[in-house]
Amino acid sequence: MLVRRVWPSRPTFDGPLADFDQVRREMLRLLDAVAGDTFGDVGAGVFPPMNITQDNDNFYVRAEVPGINPNELSISAVRNRVSLAGKREIQREHDRVSYHRRERAEGSFNRTVTLPTEVDAERVDARYADGILTLTLPKAEETKPRQITVRT
Amino acid sequence: MAKEARMDIQKTEKAGVPTVPEQTRPGAVYSPSVDIFENDNAITVLADMPGVKAQDLKIDLHESVLTLTGRVTPPNSGKESDVLREYQSGTFFRQFTLSETIDQAKIDAKLSAGVLRLELPKVEKARPRQIAVRTD
Repeated sequence: MLVRRVWPSRPTFDGPLADFDQVRREMLRLLDAVAGDTFGDVGAGVFPPMNITQDNDNFYVRAEVPGINPNELSISAVRNRVSLAGKREIQREHDRVSYHRRERAEGSFNRTVTLPTEVDAERVDARYADGILTLTLPKAEETKPRQITVRT
Repeated sequence: MAKEARMDIQKTEKAGVPTVPEQTRPGAVYSPSVDIFENDNAITVLADMPGVKAQDLKIDLHESVLTLTGRVTPPNSGKESDVLREYQSGTFFRQFTLSETIDQAKIDAKLSAGVLRLELPKVEKARPRQIAVRTD
């Protein structure tokens, strides 16, 4: 399978060409979105931002969702689709406070991503630590790559 | 209150920062989203720093400049290949200038679920006082 790298995994923010690199990555991202690639919803503008990786056995979905109660997350997997829904509430502070900055967002979210192959929905594992949700989705047995030995 | 909570969260891109002291550590630097509010007794800072562990978070208050630095160790074991990449892991960095005098000994920081809550109590003399007017 062709794995398309959205942008180099190691960003170079230092050095004199840093700005160019930033622009280049932004352009690539826009081009991908226009081309309507399978994974063209890169930076889909949907909360939460997700990273998906894979190895031979599993897909790993990681999402940045700081400050939520993991019990209020609803995660479902069917065939090759994973859905993640939940709500992020920001606790109300005492009445007599004045705000200097208010940048943290609250609200509900509901996001579905499609994986390249089907997964074994029975054995999906979810962990929440330090504001990052990690899902481990074992690939379905029949879609796993097999090593074929050549007989001579 | 409940009405606000029902709105969908808008996704915001992590903002890169041109840091004042140039970084020598490789990797990206991001600015965490913060809420800052104050009442008569304290200034409170809430910062979203997903992926930062308590031991990798540095809070520094020096000459009324508050510096937050949180390093994120990428979770990828190295054997995994990318399928979709929407966010990058890097260092969270942000600085604030605090106008009020802060009681440095009583600063309290708590990190839970990737959110830092920093309480900066004001020193006694910086607290506003209600002055009662006496009449004869």
